[in-house]
Amino acid sequence: MDILTLARIQFGMTTVFHFLFVPLSIGLGLAVAIMETLYVIKKDEIYKDMTKFWGKIFLLSFAVGVVTGIIQEFQFGMNWSEYSRFMGDIFGAPLAVEALLAFFLESTFIGLWAFTWDKVKPRTHAIFMWLVAIGSALSALWILAANSFMQHPVAFKINPETNRAEMDSFLGLLQNPQLWLEFPHVILGAFTTGAFVIVGIAAMNLRKKRNIEFNRKSLKLGAILGTIFAAATMMVGHQQMIALATDQPMKFAAMEAMYDDLEDGSWTAVAFPDTENKNAGFELKVPKLMSLLMGDDGNTTYKGMNTLDKELVEKYKGKHDIASFYVPVKTLFWSFRFMAGFGSVMAIVGLLVLFFLRNDKIMNMGWALFGTSLMAFAPFIANTSGWLITELGRFPWTVYGIFTIADSVSPNVTANQLLFTNIVYFLLFALMGTVLVKMILRENKKGPYYVDPDAANNHIDPLKKEEF
Amino acid sequence: MIAGLEPLHFIWFVLIGVLFVGFFFLEGFDFGVGLATRLLAKDEEERDTVVQTIGPVWDSNEVWLITAGGAMFASFPHWYATLFSGYYIPLFLILVGLIVRGVSFEFAAHSETKREKNFWQWMLFVGSLIVPFLFGMIFTSMIQGMPIDENFNIFAKFGDYVNLMSIVGGIAVTLICFIHGLNYIRLKVEGDLRVRAERLSQKLYPLLFAGLVVFAILVYTNTDFIERRPVSTIAILAVMVAAAVAAYYGSLKGKEKLSFISTGAVLAGIVVLIFNGIFPFVMIGDVAANSMKISEAASTLYTLKTMTIVTVCILPFVLAYLSWSYYIFRKRLKVGEGNEHY
Repeated sequence: MDILTLARIQFGMTTVFHFLFVPLSIGLGLAVAIMETLYVIKKDEIYKDMTKFWGKIFLLSFAVGVVTGIIQEFQFGMNWSEYSRFMGDIFGAPLAVEALLAFFLESTFIGLWAFTWDKVKPRTHAIFMWLVAIGSALSALWILAANSFMQHPVAFKINPETNRAEMDSFLGLLQNPQLWLEFPHVILGAFTTGAFVIVGIAAMNLRKKRNIEFNRKSLKLGAILGTIFAAATMMVGHQQMIALATDQPMKFAAMEAMYDDLEDGSWTAVAFPDTENKNAGFELKVPKLMSLLMGDDGNTTYKGMNTLDKELVEKYKGKHDIASFYVPVKTLFWSFRFMAGFGSVMAIVGLLVLFFLRNDKIMNMGWALFGTSLMAFAPFIANTSGWLITELGRFPWTVYGIFTIADSVSPNVTANQLLFTNIVYFLLFALMGTVLVKMILRENKKGPYYVDPDAANNHIDPLKKEEF
Repeated sequence: MIAGLEPLHFIWFVLIGVLFVGFFFLEGFDFGVGLATRLLAKDEEERDTVVQTIGPVWDSNEVWLITAGGAMFASFPHWYATLFSGYYIPLFLILVGLIVRGVSFEFAAHSETKREKNFWQWMLFVGSLIVPFLFGMIFTSMIQGMPIDENFNIFAKFGDYVNLMSIVGGIAVTLICFIHGLNYIRLKVEGDLRVRAERLSQKLYPLLFAGLVVFAILVYTNTDFIERRPVSTIAILAVMVAAAVAAYYGSLKGKEKLSFISTGAVLAGIVVLIFNGIFPFVMIGDVAANSMKISEAASTLYTLKTMTIVTVCILPFVLAYLSWSYYIFRKRLKVGEGNEHY
């Protein structure tokens, strides 16, 4: 394989793996902060137990999210040095601010939170968790400011002498309309992830009749947060889709598997596009639904991929001679349906859970609890699908319309080096993923009231002054 | 003075240096503590206590590196691109070290069997060994001059990374980190462990002095630091030796703070020596014409100005809560007491 393919595999692999754990830790972080706040307000011990138990799972997922994040940061320089040179003036700034503003906050207060149980006032302890949650949200904001620029470049100019992109306005970078769709969508999706992992695990425990009261409360809180956030994520996603139709029409067309121009406002529910001959293949269409979704009058024409490809080839002729602008249609089409589909399922299941939680009806509905427990997987499928759409749909650009993936790769890194690092990363990810899942399941099996027999004599008196 | 060098270029060159000083001073003792889990601690209980000394702070210490990387990307994109792609394999191994080390804390804490816990604690040791070693190697091979082409890309051979000076540099940095970690343990624990950390460090200082002398000779023979900047280079080397002596003195007299600050100063000295030596370049080429100037590597003045404003606004708060967090965890630990989180 050539270096470009291998570097792309590496980027895809690390991003997908990184983004399994980042939304989980962001979402669990918020949920745990809410639980601890409830404890401070209601002084009910069960909320403290919830904080501690879900906090453990949060810490585990955070650890994996952090270490894979370092790879991401280094990877730009290591694998994509030409991209870094071209874009450093713009891309580096949000990355540096992310570290300065978010990572220090997150990492310091996570240390304080994990190690000061019973050593500071409950209220102070809850504030630590909120600062962690704010830190991770800020981190998402800044990294997405960088990603938004790649999707929809604003506030820059190309210096003709150096042929590099230069920042025109830092505030302009933050006012990127793409950012204010992408950030809420991603952060709300992350909140949904944390909530539904709680929902899923709590439902599984209820089905096995473990710690009923604890898991009932967890399930309820998770379902409330999950329903709200899943619905909100979809609402923002909808706005994003409307913006996409003009900003990245090829991505939009591929998500709908439209090879030909769409004139009748119908929406394709199922399609098996024929990518060889570039035509729609088998399709199942719902009349008028597209117009309804996009909020147009029914007479709007959406350009198909064949038209767009011709236009784009013409548009970039001379500057970027690219033979084909087609993106991976099948992946985008199905990813979109997985993302939106699982998003809707989560919102519906969340509502149903809340409904059947009244009078505790759900406790005796084994099949419903089983179905609900499967929901723990749903956010991960939706998140991964979302990023596949975002990043694969950007092909062939790293910076949309300006800089190509082929021009971005490091010229001095060899295919063998990349192959070696890909294999080692894969093995590391497999190891970490397996261990993490095993440990989360194990902690869950022990449950919130497990007392380590070895730790019986490790007792600190929290009221003693010297312990502070 | 120097063609094309703007004040903002200089400020950011210094700031990158400061971030690396922060990283080596702070994460330096984390590496040393990681090494002490095998080289100082005798049993599981002691090992837990040693790990606990850095439990709440190692993560924020590592952020200094992430910030240095991000800041380098933003302020000197060419430097970032050249260095990171040019040192592909060493940096990859550093990442592997940081990954296994980074998850080891949580994974060891949630292990069920002794064997499992042992594995993750070994990962902490391995990570703490290879990361400082490779950083020492990268920095000391970098200053000897690398084959950089006209597009700023490094096409280097094995010998450009791995040679006498870079190996000495790697060992030296690892050794100083280890002693620095022992000094931190002396500050953070009570009882037998503290006494043994002191004794072990005393034995290591002669080795450190010998290493510093060899390092100074190699700086003279393998770089043009002393030729180009005789006064400052020799002054920094002298300060490093003085700091090492002070650390030794502190170890003999039971003055932990003095030792800790001094070994930190030796680590800082290496960074300062390198940044002072390469100025006004960021990368030294194997032939003089190939060296990359600070001004050539830099972002636009607009970006640098923006970054400066942001940094001036945020950094005081960061430093304030970082110090506060160290203050909160100032209590010394005792072996065998409930020291785990939760």
